[in-house]
Amino acid sequence: MNKLTFLKSDRSNIQLVLIIGLFLITISIFDVFLNSFFKINLISFLPSKISFIFPLVIGMMGFHLIRIEYSGNRYIDILNKNINTSTFNAFLTLLILFLILKAIPPSLSWMILDANISGDSKDACTGSGACWTYIKVWFRRFMYGMYPNEQHWRINTAFLLVIGLGTFGLFATEKMKKFLALYYVVIYPILAFLIIYYLISGGYFGLEWIETGAWGGLSLTFIVSFFCLIFCFPLGMLLALGRRSSLPAVRYISIGYIEFWRGVPLITVLFMSSVMFPMFLPEDFFMDKLVRVIIAITLFEGAYCAEVIRGGLQSLPRGQYDAAKSLGMGYWKMHIFVILPQALKLVIPGICNTFLALVKDTPLIFVVGLAELAGMLALAKTNPKWLGFAMEGYIFASIIFWIICYAMSKYSYNLEEKYKTER
Amino acid sequence: MKFRILAYFFLLLGVTDLTIKIFYGNIFSRFTEDYYEIANPILVFTPVLFFSLGGVFLKESRVSMSLENFGTTRIKYYSPQFICLAVVVLIFLFFTFNAQINMENRGIDFGFDFLAQESSFDMQFSLMDYDGQDPYWWAYVVALLNTLLVAVLGIIFCTIIGVVVGVARLSPNFLIRNTAAWYVEFFRNIPLLLQIFFWYYAALRALPLPQDASPLFGVTYLTIKGYYMPAFIWNNLNVFMYSILAAIVSIVFIRYYAIKLRDTQGKQIPVFYISLIILIILPLFTFLFGGVSLNFEIPVLKQLSATSFIYDGGIALPPELIALTLALSLYTATFVAECVRAGIQGIGKGQKEAASSLGLTANQVLKLVIMPQALRIIIPPTTNQYLNLTKNSSLAAAIAYPDLVLVFAGTALMQTGRAIEIVSITMLTYLSISLAIAALMNWYNKLIEIKEK
Repeated sequence: MNKLTFLKSDRSNIQLVLIIGLFLITISIFDVFLNSFFKINLISFLPSKISFIFPLVIGMMGFHLIRIEYSGNRYIDILNKNINTSTFNAFLTLLILFLILKAIPPSLSWMILDANISGDSKDACTGSGACWTYIKVWFRRFMYGMYPNEQHWRINTAFLLVIGLGTFGLFATEKMKKFLALYYVVIYPILAFLIIYYLISGGYFGLEWIETGAWGGLSLTFIVSFFCLIFCFPLGMLLALGRRSSLPAVRYISIGYIEFWRGVPLITVLFMSSVMFPMFLPEDFFMDKLVRVIIAITLFEGAYCAEVIRGGLQSLPRGQYDAAKSLGMGYWKMHIFVILPQALKLVIPGICNTFLALVKDTPLIFVVGLAELAGMLALAKTNPKWLGFAMEGYIFASIIFWIICYAMSKYSYNLEEKYKTER
Repeated sequence: MKFRILAYFFLLLGVTDLTIKIFYGNIFSRFTEDYYEIANPILVFTPVLFFSLGGVFLKESRVSMSLENFGTTRIKYYSPQFICLAVVVLIFLFFTFNAQINMENRGIDFGFDFLAQESSFDMQFSLMDYDGQDPYWWAYVVALLNTLLVAVLGIIFCTIIGVVVGVARLSPNFLIRNTAAWYVEFFRNIPLLLQIFFWYYAALRALPLPQDASPLFGVTYLTIKGYYMPAFIWNNLNVFMYSILAAIVSIVFIRYYAIKLRDTQGKQIPVFYISLIILIILPLFTFLFGGVSLNFEIPVLKQLSATSFIYDGGIALPPELIALTLALSLYTATFVAECVRAGIQGIGKGQKEAASSLGLTANQVLKLVIMPQALRIIIPPTTNQYLNLTKNSSLAAAIAYPDLVLVFAGTALMQTGRAIEIVSITMLTYLSISLAIAALMNWYNKLIEIKEK
């Protein structure tokens, strides 16, 4: 065993061990770096199989050497504590480092160095990398669908107005604060609907009528998810109250509704909206495709919303109900003035997550022939002038959706943290 | 007082209605010709309804006036329920009535007899034999099996990835922890449909053509037309299966014995290694003595025309299946990982420290103390995710994988035009899968919940 002690590093030979260890690690990383960036193989004199695992082996030897408890060197301690706790961890660390090093050059050259963005036709894309020209040319289509180009200002204005009205709560004075709930639950949805109807759909005030079939792209995603959210929220609230009601018929109807919609996939609900709704409605009654889709998604998401709100209702202590009752409040008074304001504050993060799921579900509306972002990509992909750019399109769409969803999930997480401390 | 007024109002209404019905017939029939047919049976009973409502209010007025029952009204208990039920029933009646008229006008009749008709369409991929001469119900079964195949594959892979990533998120290693966190943040925040499209239209399309493919692991080929694997050809497969069954039974017995030994005498036996050995040795014996043998059918490149090649023989996994399984498992794994992480974090630090202070090794702490408790937190939300995965597998329709939605709610609906029947069957199928799993889950929750006195 004595012969093996030189493998076990401790503080007595720290200088030597550190120098050798760090040298070995540097060599291993440098080798992979050169290999992936400049295609130079430092150790090409070795047989190919050995030279393949060579950096890993010497890297692990290096990590093993510098693994000294309480070395006295702050940086080495941090290194050991974080990425070098055991042999297995050192192995994984090296593997991840090498993977990152290997992945950077090809992705960099594909996305930026060899990519094209100039020009406005497929011929401009000569490099071996991505063809961002495709995204540039189709950008307006991806954002606004088939909406006429010169009318895009209408969509932009409508969205700005709706967002502007939404931030009203931030500027409200103390006096106005008590009307905020009323504003957001009743007035705001109506205003938003009127804005979107008159501005985007048009047909009045000299604006050209644009049918919903032409709507599309990312703006349609926003329109659908916005309306579904504002409609499914009150529906979910009623269902949640119904599920917690003491009246058996009301409770079982709510449970049946919630469990039914939670048990079926959204795609079948959309199928239902496109083939079954027209059957169920009176013959001469025409309902727009977009309206049908919004109704279907609202019915579907209402059930999920109800479960989230029920969680908030359940988390309130019984004392709140008893106190409200002892003040002589009836069922509705108790819920509107005491229970719901508290419960809804608790479920805001949950609602945020439901909304997130809703945004991620909107691409599904392609099954009924509405082309939002994913649908427009499918359309652009099959355009004979622009064949073969599926990768660029999907990466572009993924980045956009990722930014939206990530921002929302971070926001909901922050809200959760904020309310956690308040209670 | 107001109840009494209401009661008299309804009684009067009932009397008037009855009089009108007797002397003039049904007056409503003159207004709505269309709705009359379905409304007739209801309208006959309106006087009964009015009388009973009047009676209820009359009774109520007496009850609420008496001193001991003051304020407790049954009207508050029954009327909302009655209104709710009435609204639901009316909506259903309205829908069925419209559906009848619409179907009459379009010349469609309602019924499930179409299930026995010849389907006359083909399926790209199926687990069981299927061709165009088979009836629709067989198409339904085959499509359901395809859906379940994707769901099961997805569940297996998402569990493996999810557990690994979930544990990695708690790793002391900075790089591993952050890689896992970024994996979760990345795949969770991109719509599943986009991911499926990405794998199918972008990633798998970049694979080589069959004739250019180089073998993976020597005998399998990953090409743009799918993944080709050698098929197993067994001799005496049943003997082999019996041996595996026997191995499983003996492992169960050994485990049971080991637990008993541990609980009564405190002895530990290495169950895992013993099980592993049994599981390897027993089937191996059947190869030596049971006459079991295994051959491989290796896929061979075959030329269809001048430029078109495929691999013949073996098992072929279509690219749709691969893309779908990849996307579903990578997406759902992020949620499973979060469940696993929450479960392990949900176990208090004290548990771990208490177990270590009893002298258990790190492995034993994990196996005997942390995991049994963490599983109680992990399993319910994870099952929910499995359920979501099963429902999300319906997105297969987007890339033409022949699952239930594409085959049944797509092709079969197109051909027969039986919208209501087919969409209801499809929805009910998913609903029953969901409810079955939910019921199983509730039963399991009851089983493992902490029994407190």
